[in-house]
Amino acid sequence: MDLAYTEEEEAFRARLRDWLAGVLPKLPPKPDPLDWPARRAYDCGWQRALYEAGYAEVHWDASPTRRLIFLEETERAGAPYVGANFVGLLHAGPTIAAEGTAEQRERWLPPVLRGDEVWCQGFSEPEAGSDLASLRTRAVRDGDAYVVTGSKIWTSHAEVADWCELLVRTDAGAASKHRGITWLAMPMDAPGITVRPLRTLAGSTEFAEMFLDEVRVPVENRVGEENDGWRVTMVTLSFERGTAFVGEVVACRRVLGQLAHEARKNGRWDDPAVRRRLGRLSAEFRALWRLTQWNVSEAEATGGVPGTGGSVFKLHYSHARQELYDAAAAVLGPDALDLGREWNLDRLSSLSYTIAAGTSQIQRNIVAERILGLPKGR
Amino acid sequence: MDFRLTDDQKALKAGVRALLEGRFDRDALRAAVEDGGLDRDLWRALGEAGFFALRLPEEAGGVGLGLPEAVLVFEEAGRALLPGPLIATHLAAGTVPGAAEGEVVVTAPDGAFVEWLDEADVVVGDAEGAVRVRSVDPLTPLHRLPGPVGRMPTTGVAGVGALLTAAEQLGSASRTTETAVAYARTREQFGQVIGGFQAVKHLCAQMLVRTEVARAAVYAAAVSGDPVEVAGAKLLADEAAVDCARDCLQVHGGMGFTWEADVHLHLKRAWVRAERGPVKADAEEAEAAAL
Ligand SMILES: Cc1cc2nc3c(=O)[nH]c(=O)nc-3n(C[C@H](O)[C@H](O)[C@H](O)COP(=O)(O)OP(=O)(O)OC[C@H]3O[C@@H](n4cnc5c(N)ncnc54)[C@H](O)[C@@H]3O)c2cc1C
Repeated sequence: MDLAYTEEEEAFRARLRDWLAGVLPKLPPKPDPLDWPARRAYDCGWQRALYEAGYAEVHWDASPTRRLIFLEETERAGAPYVGANFVGLLHAGPTIAAEGTAEQRERWLPPVLRGDEVWCQGFSEPEAGSDLASLRTRAVRDGDAYVVTGSKIWTSHAEVADWCELLVRTDAGAASKHRGITWLAMPMDAPGITVRPLRTLAGSTEFAEMFLDEVRVPVENRVGEENDGWRVTMVTLSFERGTAFVGEVVACRRVLGQLAHEARKNGRWDDPAVRRRLGRLSAEFRALWRLTQWNVSEAEATGGVPGTGGSVFKLHYSHARQELYDAAAAVLGPDALDLGREWNLDRLSSLSYTIAAGTSQIQRNIVAERILGLPKGR
Repeated sequence: MDFRLTDDQKALKAGVRALLEGRFDRDALRAAVEDGGLDRDLWRALGEAGFFALRLPEEAGGVGLGLPEAVLVFEEAGRALLPGPLIATHLAAGTVPGAAEGEVVVTAPDGAFVEWLDEADVVVGDAEGAVRVRSVDPLTPLHRLPGPVGRMPTTGVAGVGALLTAAEQLGSASRTTETAVAYARTREQFGQVIGGFQAVKHLCAQMLVRTEVARAAVYAAAVSGDPVEVAGAKLLADEAAVDCARDCLQVHGGMGFTWEADVHLHLKRAWVRAERGPVKADAEEAEAAAL
């Protein structure tokens, strides 16, 4: 049980902190959250800056502990969020790093690190959400390409993506639905792709529907073997649930501090119920940070892909995040109805946390079946 | 940074578990429930095993280990539902003669109550005018203290007491989680084990989540020793112990409501420990004040 960082890790932290202090004040103002092209440009600009300063690789090449320090420091300093680069940096990239060939890593990873290429995730379909393995978008081999037809839904950032991590069915007659799936990298400018933005309850076009009409995807874009895509998918999901939210815990702790400040200013701090609610959340988010350090220690010891511990974290975190922004509303009082006020848009978007990346019900199934060993339900 | 337990810590934990399984098995637990007294032989055995002298420096005849090790040991005590004023005696080691060796039983008032007053040889603090109440927990005799209830600080000795209480709660929470899961895997209804039903499965999953979040909090507080972190850990561990015991009871159905099942003993003890300082409101206030 050791929470102390090594000298080398602390030196990394200090360097990063210095660099952030120099660069953050010079950043251009944040773009309008509804303007996706502007957001893409902003997020990629930030990624480029990280790349040039030598910090981009931390997601894949450095030790999990360095990654933890990176996320902790960038969030603490209030640096821009990964944003449009979420999929590329936090789960498609790590999947390719873990499962791709040398050529594939060479082709796809550097542009993500440089902020040149943005990825999206084409997993869900209208009839395949929680039951992801029942997906129907099919791919038929034609020479050196797969010809893909079907549709995807809830594809975040599809509007501005260059690549899509796409799940397709390559063997409709497989003995089990999990067996006939393949993981492809699909170029978003290929003919036959139509993206139709969907409006979220927050008013933004965060995600989109995608229609795929005989889209040709080169066979060399397949990550893993044909029909072995479910295994690759599990790797992707373990990153998505295991490590993708790490930085956000720090962000939530920062918000909590801001809320306490606001409450002291507007008088709500005098209400013990409000005070205690914030105090409780502070204990929760600190514990979640400690749980992250625990999971990272495990990952560091076992090397690589995060385990099912990510589901334990994701379950608790997604609910705590919603409670945080409800507490923000309690602090704001009537101002909670003003969408122009800080935190209110975040409150709306926090509603997605118990759904996206696997609903809480699905996470509970995973914890019960894969960690506790209870029988699988049908 | 490597937050995982070291090999020595794992061995310590396993050793204490084995000791308790040998010296305080289920029969001993049930005998203690019916008898209500404190087993002095067991107390001495705990003393010999270093339970009380664990954090005393070796020069002073102690084991010379730290807070993280103490937390692991008290987690096992909580798991086994080991009775007695363990924490008060542990805290008295080095100042009250005989405490370190398990020759002397020490208690100390905490919040509104003092535990094990009649059995104790030494009382650290003022228990003047304390009145015996019918304790909710058959394994923890209680006296109620007169006068207003003082706030327990989470710094210094009280902080260690709070942390070790949290460790006991953690042990209890993981024990009731395991018990519920084991039952869910064997009890059959509607032609299948009940653990196959999602309603039961999800109860069990939430038990694990609560326990693991509390574990991260308690272990980290042991490493940092930070008073606010200790308060937060106590808050989460209290809740994990109480809620896991409740859910465990639910998973056991009618069986869970019987005296014979151990679940109620975990729940009642969890309630007793939750009354030790800092209680929920105080822990939340301590966390808030640090924001
Ligand atoms: C903001 C946001 C962004 C997203 N981004 C992407 C993306 O980029 N790419 C992508 O591929 N997908 C994305 N998704 C999709 C997301 O992964 C799915 O919405 C999610 O997996 C749930 O699937 P569903 O919407 O079809 O709901 P359903 O599966 O229809 O679930 C409906 C309800 O039934 C419950 N339910 C379903 N099955 C079970 C079961 N076995 N046991 C108990 N309860 C069950 C669910 O918990 C839920 O409450 C995103 C979703 C959101 C909200």
